[in-house]
Amino acid sequence: MSYQVNGTTVEHDEEGYITTLSDWSKDLAEVIAKQEDINMNEEHWEVVNFLRDYYEEYQIAPAVRVLIKAVKKTMGPEKGNNKYMYELFPYGPAKQACKIAGLPKPTGCV
Amino acid sequence: MSEIKKFLYVNRKAPYGTIYALESLEVVLIGAAFDQDVSLAFLDDGVFQLLKKQDTAGIGVKNFSPTFRALGDYDVTKFYVEQESLTERGLTADDLMDITYEDEDDDYEEKPSIRVVNRDEMAAIMGDQDVVLSF
Repeated sequence: MSYQVNGTTVEHDEEGYITTLSDWSKDLAEVIAKQEDINMNEEHWEVVNFLRDYYEEYQIAPAVRVLIKAVKKTMGPEKGNNKYMYELFPYGPAKQACKIAGLPKPTGCV
Repeated sequence: MSEIKKFLYVNRKAPYGTIYALESLEVVLIGAAFDQDVSLAFLDDGVFQLLKKQDTAGIGVKNFSPTFRALGDYDVTKFYVEQESLTERGLTADDLMDITYEDEDDDYEEKPSIRVVNRDEMAAIMGDQDVVLSF
């Protein structure tokens, strides 16, 4: 199973999470997003970049509750809430945004 | 709502070489979703898990130590480290990572998560738990 991006092949698991984290690129993110029926805009990118920074610092993809709390802290309550985040990523902000961000599935996510 | 239980995860093994330390951390992360009263204990070689500046490049495994610093976000704020285990290994509290949490009941003030306790205090902490999980 793989994504095709700019003529290269990027392997992913049965749920669409890429297997080699260093394979990630912005173009790949767009490809994954399209498959998730998401049109990446600035708000989506803000969350995806936030997740990548979080992973860089803590080596972990946060659970949705933790993600929303952390977003609230850095971007404010108008973004750090369930409604805003689920409007951006209807199938789960942590699950879907992590997939687009090229991170592993959040620990404890079913 | 069901009653909140006190869970203690006891970590006795060095971070790398076996899977125990990483598995323990994964279980803590999963368990944190259940709103229980979670504490971690570090004794014997388990104290090495909290060392500063771990570098795993030479052994080709992921350095998961930064994840301990995220546990405050998961409301896991009690890291008990046994003094005797540190001393026996020539370590002091200064060799351990700075791990903090924000106290919601105290205007989100940053407080240290690591509490160094002696062997007797550790025994009392263990005796006080509903569930003790050893790794």
